[in-house]
Amino acid sequence: MAIVTSEQTRTAQVARVRDHHRTFGDNHVLRGVDLDIAPREFVALLGRSGCGKSTLLRGLARLDPVPDEEIRIEGRTAVAFQEPRLLPWQRVVDNVSLALLNSPQRKQRAELARQTLEEVGLSEKAGAWPLQLSGGQAQRVSLARALVTNPDLLLLDEPFSALDALTRLEMHQLVVQLWRHHHMAVLIVTHDVDEALALADRVVVMDEGQIARTWEVHLPRSDRSPSHPEIIAARAAILETLGVRPLPRNPDRDPITGELR
Amino acid sequence: MTATILAGPSATPTTPRRTGPPGGSRRPRRSPASVLLRSLSPLLLVALWQVLSTTGVLDERTLASPWTIVGTTKDLVSDGLFGTTLQQATLVSTRRALTGFGIGAVIAVALALVAGLWKIGEYAVDPPMQMLRMLPHLGLIPLFIVWMGIGEAPKLVLVAFGAVFPLYLNTFAGIRGIDRKTIEAAKSLHLTWTQMIRHVILPGALPHALTGLRQSMGVAWLTLIVAEQIAADEGLGKMIMDAREFLMTDVIVVGLVVYMLLGLLTDSVVRVIEGRALAWRS
Repeated sequence: MAIVTSEQTRTAQVARVRDHHRTFGDNHVLRGVDLDIAPREFVALLGRSGCGKSTLLRGLARLDPVPDEEIRIEGRTAVAFQEPRLLPWQRVVDNVSLALLNSPQRKQRAELARQTLEEVGLSEKAGAWPLQLSGGQAQRVSLARALVTNPDLLLLDEPFSALDALTRLEMHQLVVQLWRHHHMAVLIVTHDVDEALALADRVVVMDEGQIARTWEVHLPRSDRSPSHPEIIAARAAILETLGVRPLPRNPDRDPITGELR
Repeated sequence: MTATILAGPSATPTTPRRTGPPGGSRRPRRSPASVLLRSLSPLLLVALWQVLSTTGVLDERTLASPWTIVGTTKDLVSDGLFGTTLQQATLVSTRRALTGFGIGAVIAVALALVAGLWKIGEYAVDPPMQMLRMLPHLGLIPLFIVWMGIGEAPKLVLVAFGAVFPLYLNTFAGIRGIDRKTIEAAKSLHLTWTQMIRHVILPGALPHALTGLRQSMGVAWLTLIVAEQIAADEGLGKMIMDAREFLMTDVIVVGLVVYMLLGLLTDSVVRVIEGRALAWRS
């Protein structure tokens, strides 16, 4: 079996979450989360709306105050959100270089920003205003802004859910390419099972503020077509964990393709 | 410190990226033909005024004719009235308006930052500002004369006082109206507090602040005109008061026209600044 449920036993982690709890009023959003992210690992955090996955990401990004003993980060984090969240009053290249204001490469920040824009395929938009960009382009700029600092952990909070299906596929390819090139760990929060299976080394399913199950996906990304038997099996198992019951089995249907025999 | 911006309950949930400030300055460009047509009625009115004056329907002592006013303007520019030329008087008044406005603007932006960035600042600054803005500031003239006499000080203080409120209110609203998500994104870039103010808070509040700036300029001129007519030893107000003594309606009208042009000029300057600074909205 290439897809196994596993307990993580690694040493040098980029992120280390231990017994992490978050409570808003009476609402226990996170109830004891344990998660390790290894360097250069691509992790997908999957779950229904309100399961606490975005809260966990906000903790990892230090956007919310979180005790150090519950979340430890080694190195630099960067975030891309669901909306691009660019500063509309700064040109595209300045939006990207803003991330370098406090970095050692402060002097070459326009240069680095241009290079990163080229990596996401938007060098010709460097002088444009954010309001002149399409949704997909703006999201690429947002990725460039996160990448320009060379983070050790890139946090993506449902970054493609507002894009159309074709643009989303292009972005998947782009993210994998950037991940390989930048030697960083990626944590992507998503509610799209297929997105998680297409991108990640490890799919972590959250439910009711806890980590319900973890899958490792060993298939090369190029082989992960939605009709691959392992992907189908993983999808079915993940959906079951999430409480989505499959339709009763019809003996007249092919179990893989779903076609009538 | 950032937490107070994020948690501001009085923040208006407007996204500055799509909506402009109230009464934004952008209107469609007019065609030359339309400009010509629009200038016809004012020209006709001036012509009618001239006809009424020439035929004697409008007494020269009530209101001088446009032609007389043109001549008077020439005389005021070359010879002046009681030793002061129109240019000197205009310069004095402009300097007063800009100085008073400048003092008011600095105070307004500083107060708006204090109230906009910190919850405790809002509690300290906003209630008194909301009370004081209801005070008709021109009514303070007698008090200011008692306190400061009739020199330059009461005029400048009055202009500054009038100019503070529109700029304060709009800048405060602009700061509170900045999208929380934008601030959060900036926070995720590990910006320092001053970088946040410089790159996010101030530019984000700028569309509203510039609307406030234009209103404040208008108030500054209006306040100056009133203040100058109470007591002045130089400036346009002094010239108009001198003309009143000798029933020189032509000089009074010239003074009014200059006030009008100055107001128009400063407003256009702010509009040009708006066009440059808010180019990202196009």
